Amino acid sequence: MVEWTEFERTTIQDIFSKMNYDVVGQQSLARCLIVYPWTQRYFGNFGNLYNAAAIMGNPMVAAHGRVVLHGLDKAVKNMDNIKAAYAELSVLHSEKLHVDPDNFRLLGDCLTVVVAAQLGAAFTPEVQAAFQKFLAVVISSLQRQYH
Amino acid sequence: MSLTAKDKAAVKDLWAKISGKADDIGQDALSRMLVVYPQTKTYFSHWKDLSPGSAPVRKHGKTVMSGVADAVSKIDDLTSGLLNLSELHAFQLRVDPANFKILSHNILVVLATMFPNDFTPEAHVAMDKFLSALALALSEKYR
Repeated sequence: MVEWTEFERTTIQDIFSKMNYDVVGQQSLARCLIVYPWTQRYFGNFGNLYNAAAIMGNPMVAAHGRVVLHGLDKAVKNMDNIKAAYAELSVLHSEKLHVDPDNFRLLGDCLTVVVAAQLGAAFTPEVQAAFQKFLAVVISSLQRQYH
Repeated sequence: MSLTAKDKAAVKDLWAKISGKADDIGQDALSRMLVVYPQTKTYFSHWKDLSPGSAPVRKHGKTVMSGVADAVSKIDDLTSGLLNLSELHAFQLRVDPANFKILSHNILVVLATMFPNDFTPEAHVAMDKFLSALALALSEKYR
């Protein structure tokens, strides 16, 4: 059972309620594909990922970024049982998508950078700690069904 | 994953824009590291105050960033250029190299909060590679 403080709960709900999922989704996934180019291995059918400009403008990247961010919603709405909420998604990522779980951390880091850029000084060390703890729990839950 | 000419140019370009705020960046990155990764506090048990923005944190942030500035100037050969710093970290400070990654991550987060328009994906990848290369050079003398 993950213990969340009041501050952590409020912080997470706050960040996600104010977030523009389309923008943040597209920016995070695009940044991940640019900063960690080996992650492109999962998107062979996305067309032109040849350079940063192409990745930033790619509509399939934007669409998929949105899908991923909405996937995070499940965790935001079920903070007291993210493990159970993510059981199916975990099976999907391991059995069907065959994603190396290390990639979850890479995408998580890019999401952190994008949110940091959006919030600026409001992304205080304490807010960052809450956000990264939330992502760590999500990542751990996504990894649970791998064998 | 060595630094290409393009990476070096991007790092120098970004550094020119941010170096004026180096002290603030250092202090903020260190503050975040101590809060978000509490295990890193174990290296600073001799400090009176480990809270964000405290005097020892500000002073040490300055020290760290002048090391980074030095590394930018020696970007063409980090391993030889940072030999002394590597010896310091290996034999005296004995910081577990895993922590270099942690501090690097927090430097990147600070750059995102302070320079959202300059910290483009291209600048991000170049800076990440540079900090990784810097960490590798710092680890050179460990064993």
